[in-house]
Amino acid sequence: MAQGTQVKKRGEGTEGPQFKANMSARYGLDRVFSVVVTLAALVGIVVLAVLLVDVTRDGSSMLSANFLTSFPSQIFPENGGIYPALVGSLWLLGLTFLISVPLGLGAAVYLEEYAEDTRINRLIEINISNLAGVPSIIYGLLGLGIFVQLLAPITGGGSVLSGALTLSLLILPVIIVATREALRAIPRAIREGGYALGATKWEVIRSHLLPMALPGALTGMILALSRAIGEAAPLLVVGVALYQTYATSGPLDGYMALPTQIYDWISRPQQIFQDSAAAGIVVVMVVLLVANSVAILLRNRFQRSS
Amino acid sequence: MSRILRARLVVGVALVLALSLVVAACGGGGGGGGSQGGGGSEPVSGEIAIEGSSTVQPITQAAAELFREQNPKARISVGGAGTSDGFEAFCQGDTQISDASRPIDVAEEVPVCEENGVEFIEIPVAFDGISVVVNEQNDFASDVTSEQLKTLWEPAAEGEITRWSQVNPQWPDEEISLYGPGTESGTYEFFNETIVGNEEEVNRTDYEASEDDNVLVQGVAGDQNALGYFGFSYYENNLGKLKALSLDGVKPSAETIRSGEYGLSRPIFIYVSTKALKNNDAVKPFVDFYLSEQNLDRLVEAAKYVTLPGSLADESRAQYQDRTTGTVFTEAGEPKGGDLEAALKQAQ
Repeated sequence: MAQGTQVKKRGEGTEGPQFKANMSARYGLDRVFSVVVTLAALVGIVVLAVLLVDVTRDGSSMLSANFLTSFPSQIFPENGGIYPALVGSLWLLGLTFLISVPLGLGAAVYLEEYAEDTRINRLIEINISNLAGVPSIIYGLLGLGIFVQLLAPITGGGSVLSGALTLSLLILPVIIVATREALRAIPRAIREGGYALGATKWEVIRSHLLPMALPGALTGMILALSRAIGEAAPLLVVGVALYQTYATSGPLDGYMALPTQIYDWISRPQQIFQDSAAAGIVVVMVVLLVANSVAILLRNRFQRSS
Repeated sequence: MSRILRARLVVGVALVLALSLVVAACGGGGGGGGSQGGGGSEPVSGEIAIEGSSTVQPITQAAAELFREQNPKARISVGGAGTSDGFEAFCQGDTQISDASRPIDVAEEVPVCEENGVEFIEIPVAFDGISVVVNEQNDFASDVTSEQLKTLWEPAAEGEITRWSQVNPQWPDEEISLYGPGTESGTYEFFNETIVGNEEEVNRTDYEASEDDNVLVQGVAGDQNALGYFGFSYYENNLGKLKALSLDGVKPSAETIRSGEYGLSRPIFIYVSTKALKNNDAVKPFVDFYLSEQNLDRLVEAAKYVTLPGSLADESRAQYQDRTTGTVFTEAGEPKGGDLEAALKQAQ
């Protein structure tokens, strides 16, 4: 009752007598709001800039071409580098991409296009949303049990493949959710138009839905892979090496990784390793920027062609 | 239809290119290393997996690093998952060498090794000390006894012992803030066993905890009322910011830690599988190299730990040369007979 009358009053208000044409105040408020949202957007950039300046200053003494091509060194820390960790992280990135993207796309297409609204499918959906919030160390322990121990004959134990499989589990939920959102945004008429012309479900998906959903899905994949490459906690559990005398050269080799290398350096007592860690952070940021730019270029190409 | 196929191709080709670049780069790196090799004995190849304590890892890393210069084809990986995880993998035969910041557990870990037929040689390689430190500005505390530390850190102290005067009546009636490693740390475990006593599994929990000793250094350096404990090397590298307390009248230094006079000093080890020594061509040359007289002290110093006294280092080498298997420690984690050197001698 009370609510009803309130709504009525408000409705009356907009009709005329209570409307105040206070233009200067309204434009003022408009400007204030635009400043507020601009500031909100700037926070992220400022934090990133401060971080970049800070680590670049700390790491400048170590940053050189030699840093990229040398092994880390305990005996001569000033000549040490990040080469095997960089190679390991690139392997992780590539394998994780190859594993998680087809699986994520597949699962999203199933859930969005094929799944009936049954109890099992609803259970799967709820699970996927929840999995996106599970702490990464839990995925590490899962990876240790499944990939490192149970599947050791296939994965070679604590290999870079086991690491990539674990990271794939970690980012699959994000990829699935993003791809589903992209598929859901496609108007129903597109599907019906395809069926009306006699196309099968698979043909409609392949020729229309996937190309249209790909730009949106790629955004999710970029974010997910960025997260994967920055993870240290799950890798520490699934057999990442803190030092190796060789660089990874196959999926069943042992591996080092950038975040764990930085973590190792930061925990050392010597100042020189703190500088190495800062230089390592710069390398991670550059790798992330390059990977993201490549993905964004790809996305833009899809967007234009579809 | 073909558009998406083409798109897939682009992605696929990009990835393959990226990976092959990496592989090529690796090949290049390996080749470059190879030309530098060939010093002294025949270079060996083969794989060695080493896992275990992150405390010992810097020493083993230094060994692997120098070994690599002469043996670029040997593939050695060194992990730092922790002593317990290291022994778990070692006793299952997954690793050939295990780094340990405490002796192997006679009750729980040795039986697993035995079950899997893994025999091991226990080799002390260095000493590690724990320093108890206060802020540089602190002008009243310079010495602390084990008893006082126990009063301060035991579980019963939680919420009760919060002022300096409660620990030592001569200290001022001011708030004390505590800093120490988290419960996962070997330093925590050792401090707890030595100071609080074996039967207690935990110490008080109302203190600033971090697994990263550098964070503790920053904490104590920035807090006038702070008292904390962490690895001796972290104190040595921050002399200007911190003040170390003497423990029961003994100042922490390389000498007192080496001699065992300083109470919070412990040996750290590598464990080598005898099966791996026989079956894996790389393990024997690597351990020979690690323990050799010209290398061991250099490695330990590079990793900022305290070198073994000469006589104990000789016993360590003898333990390895004679392939003496098993541990010389009791269930309580004490060397048999109380003295490490004597216990090693006894075992051979």
